[in-house]
Amino acid sequence: MALTLDDVRRVAHLARIAVDDAEAGAALGQLTRVFGLIEQMQAVDVSGIEPMAHAQDLVLRLRPDVVTEGDQRERFQAIAPEVDAGLYLVPKVIE
Amino acid sequence: MSNATLKELSLKLATGACSSVELTHEYLNKINRLNNDLGCFITVDGERSLAQAQAADAQRSAGRAGPLTGIPLAHKDIFCTQGWLTTCGSRMLANFVAPYDAHVVERCSAAGMVTLGKTNMDEFAMGSSNETSYFGPVRNPWHRETVPGGSSGGSAAAVAARLAPAATGTDTGGSIRQPAALTGICGLKPTYGVVSRYGMIAFASSLDQAGPMARTAEDLGLLLNVMAGFDARDSTSLDRPTEDYLRDLPRSVAGLRIGLPQEFLAAGLAPDVQRAVDAAVAEYRKLGATVVDISLPNMGLSVPVYYVLAPAEASSNLSRFDGVRYGHRAAEYTDLLDMYKRTRAEGFGAEVKRRILIGTYVLSHGYYDAYYIRAQKLRRLIAQDFAAAFQKCDVIMGPTSPTTAFRLGEKSADPVQMYLSDIYTIAVNLAGLPGMSIPCGFDGGGLPVGLQIIGNYFDEARMLNVAHQYQLATDWHLKMPPGIE
Repeated sequence: MALTLDDVRRVAHLARIAVDDAEAGAALGQLTRVFGLIEQMQAVDVSGIEPMAHAQDLVLRLRPDVVTEGDQRERFQAIAPEVDAGLYLVPKVIE
Repeated sequence: MSNATLKELSLKLATGACSSVELTHEYLNKINRLNNDLGCFITVDGERSLAQAQAADAQRSAGRAGPLTGIPLAHKDIFCTQGWLTTCGSRMLANFVAPYDAHVVERCSAAGMVTLGKTNMDEFAMGSSNETSYFGPVRNPWHRETVPGGSSGGSAAAVAARLAPAATGTDTGGSIRQPAALTGICGLKPTYGVVSRYGMIAFASSLDQAGPMARTAEDLGLLLNVMAGFDARDSTSLDRPTEDYLRDLPRSVAGLRIGLPQEFLAAGLAPDVQRAVDAAVAEYRKLGATVVDISLPNMGLSVPVYYVLAPAEASSNLSRFDGVRYGHRAAEYTDLLDMYKRTRAEGFGAEVKRRILIGTYVLSHGYYDAYYIRAQKLRRLIAQDFAAAFQKCDVIMGPTSPTTAFRLGEKSADPVQMYLSDIYTIAVNLAGLPGMSIPCGFDGGGLPVGLQIIGNYFDEARMLNVAHQYQLATDWHLKMPPGIE
């Protein structure tokens, strides 16, 4: 499988990272090298093997459905780029 | 005094030979003198450290001191520390003051330990040389033109240069063990789930694990006793009975079965590294251990598997950095999408972007089965190799890193070369096993070599015993970088 410049641009868009042409070109070269390494995986027969998502086969713990954290809005918003009246501000998305 | 171990400092504080304030002053002075050259710390805040030291001294006067009360340590800048900058080595978080403490930081503070500062690291823990940090590289105290390894490079170099008696680190693919090896100190990555990840900025959540970095195996145990423990705020934290990781230190290693995987003698292993590791194994034989040849046939696949799984998890974890709630936001943008894209283009460095792109690609429509699911299947094969090996041996030994410290810039042009420097450590994370590195000699250029010790699940106490017995018989861990008094 050969990666193309369009793949790099598409993936960068999905990842919400702006790339100009020079960056996309450089990324293509390096990602091609990395995928050369990753392709080694294809040599092994993996039929019948269960995927391992996690180091321990854990069952997710459940806890009682009660409030454990108090209101931290002011503390958390003190470090936000832009807030007003307890709301995070972003550029307008709805006209 | 800054050459003392945690154990020795604990004794000095207990007998009143020094106070925590005096000790903290001494380390801060040393940091002040050497940090410009070495780049170990991103943030130092002497006033805060001294206030903590005063509180520790008061605790001791009140008769409420524990073994580590008043002892300073450095935290990797991946751990949230309330009131301190927590940058994760990134421009994205260059202005981020954490609103809460990580579990590990909380535990260390509760034990009365003093925070000396926040250590430099590869950006978001992605790197093996500390060169991807937004705040500049860390230099290896043994040779200033070489790297300290990474990603916990600042922690490792700080401990090696005696700027801190111990430090915290994190290890996703070798980030505690490889820098420990390259700087001649000790580092332990516990079994996945032993130390809470709460407040530890996530890179690859199924692999990330925090652990201690120090100068002796005994010190690692002292610190692990503080760091380990159940925490309901991390869904992968294991609810197990509390252990004393020092309990087995005095045990003899006679009869210990050491597994030597043939795959650890792969091409690319530096002859000097192999010599030092062979000599360490010979020392263990003298101490009564036996050697068993084992095989980890799928180990060669661990690097490719890791570079699918870790970037996949990272691309998901790092999607939270969007310029809305905290961290960097681009100054100029046209609309919301443009704001996200510019914020992330400016906030992340080249290696982090590369991994996000890899991760996004392998998770994208049409590629998920071929890459992500296949990698997870191979992960199981790698874990099964270890399970089979531990039928025949108690611990596995080999080199931590194929080479000693390499020169700054030597591998930064080629990501694949850089990735291969974790070839001996990554499989341990994929399996979730505990692994450690201890100093076992030097190469011809005077750079330290690390011996990797891999244990079965929850065998940390046994591994520390094995390392401690070696350190009673040898003095590699006592060697000091030149020019460090």
